[in-house]
Amino acid sequence: MLSQRTIETSVGFFLLAAILALIILAFKVSGMTSFFKREGYDVTAQFDDIGQLKIRGPVKIGGVTIGEVTNIMLDPKSYRATVTMRIDSHVNDIPVDSSASILTAGLLGDNYIAITPMYSQRYLMNGSEIEETHSAMILEKLIGQFLFKVGNDNKQPVNGASK
Amino acid sequence: MIESISALGRSGTDAVRQYGKAGLLLLGVLCHVPNLRKGFPLVLQQIYAEGVLSLLIIVVSSLFIGMVVALQGYHTLVKFGASAQLGPLVALSVARELGPVVTALLFAGRAGSALTAEIGLMKATDQLSSMEMMAIDPLRRVLAPRLWGGFISMPLLTLIFNAVAIYGAYLVGVKWLGLDAGAFWSNMQSSVDFHSDVLNGIYKSIVFGFVVTWIALHQGYDVNPTSAGIANATTRTVVYSSLAVLGLDFVLTAMMIGGW
Repeated sequence: MLSQRTIETSVGFFLLAAILALIILAFKVSGMTSFFKREGYDVTAQFDDIGQLKIRGPVKIGGVTIGEVTNIMLDPKSYRATVTMRIDSHVNDIPVDSSASILTAGLLGDNYIAITPMYSQRYLMNGSEIEETHSAMILEKLIGQFLFKVGNDNKQPVNGASK
Repeated sequence: MIESISALGRSGTDAVRQYGKAGLLLLGVLCHVPNLRKGFPLVLQQIYAEGVLSLLIIVVSSLFIGMVVALQGYHTLVKFGASAQLGPLVALSVARELGPVVTALLFAGRAGSALTAEIGLMKATDQLSSMEMMAIDPLRRVLAPRLWGGFISMPLLTLIFNAVAIYGAYLVGVKWLGLDAGAFWSNMQSSVDFHSDVLNGIYKSIVFGFVVTWIALHQGYDVNPTSAGIANATTRTVVYSSLAVLGLDFVLTAMMIGGW
């Protein structure tokens, strides 16, 4: 029989290992960062269609993540989606006339917001709104447009030949 | 004819009586007000016996399970050109299902059977009766610390299982098959949710720990005090607790996905 002291020490190590595993699962695996609220400022933008954009989706400039989506709401008057994003405070020189577009990472990836900077000397601050926005590309709509166009292309020569 | 019907009836009432005994045992174990100063060292000893001593089998098997899931998943995903999704595949399957279930099955085999054999032998050699003679309640002195030990150990073991399995997958996916480490972790982080994936797995393991220890204690306490009886009880512990774990897993998953 082991002494009570040895048992207590090994149970203590067991507990520490479990806590370490919990920390790994929380931060490394599930990427939980909301415990430490990101230092930053809030910017809104209105989109006609946000596609599959989700809360906590990344906000990027030139592919570099600079913030995340914190809130998505429907504007009751214009029926457009109002997206609130929190930009890291060290990125504090985004011109006010920049445009925001919703893109997709790869063919099957998640949606994210890409900000394209412009040339104004005034910068986005807490509470400012990005005016110029581009909606998400919806694959079904694109296919619909494409089929419509292909259908028209095929018709015209046939019509022309019959004349 | 009449005999066979009466035998059927007796087996039915016996089964119900078993459930009743198990329920009374649980009531007896849980309803005693635990004496913190005296009970705590006993619970620690049981966490050592059930948790720390199971650590080796848990760590080794979780490492291999993570590696195998990564290898199998890679060969399927690479057909669709989606091998970057290996991280989410492994993390979700381990955190939601494999972690709690495999830990519970291993725990039933490693710790549950030992509990049954220990308590069964105590009963066969009249140690429990002699405790009662000395006015020591065996439910409180012997069974309650074991129940709490299993109840506490299981979620901790599951946490360790999950973390080690994911690192096993990292070993195979990134170090061996050459996936990008950044894509592995960041895809995992964007698709694994702490509450609905990790914590729900831990809730499952808490239920499993409780059920497996309860079955082991009941089988040990209710043993037929012969050597064959102890052997039967140990077998029944492993069989019943494995079945209970797999069945409850379905029910719990349905509850969690159904959003109860």
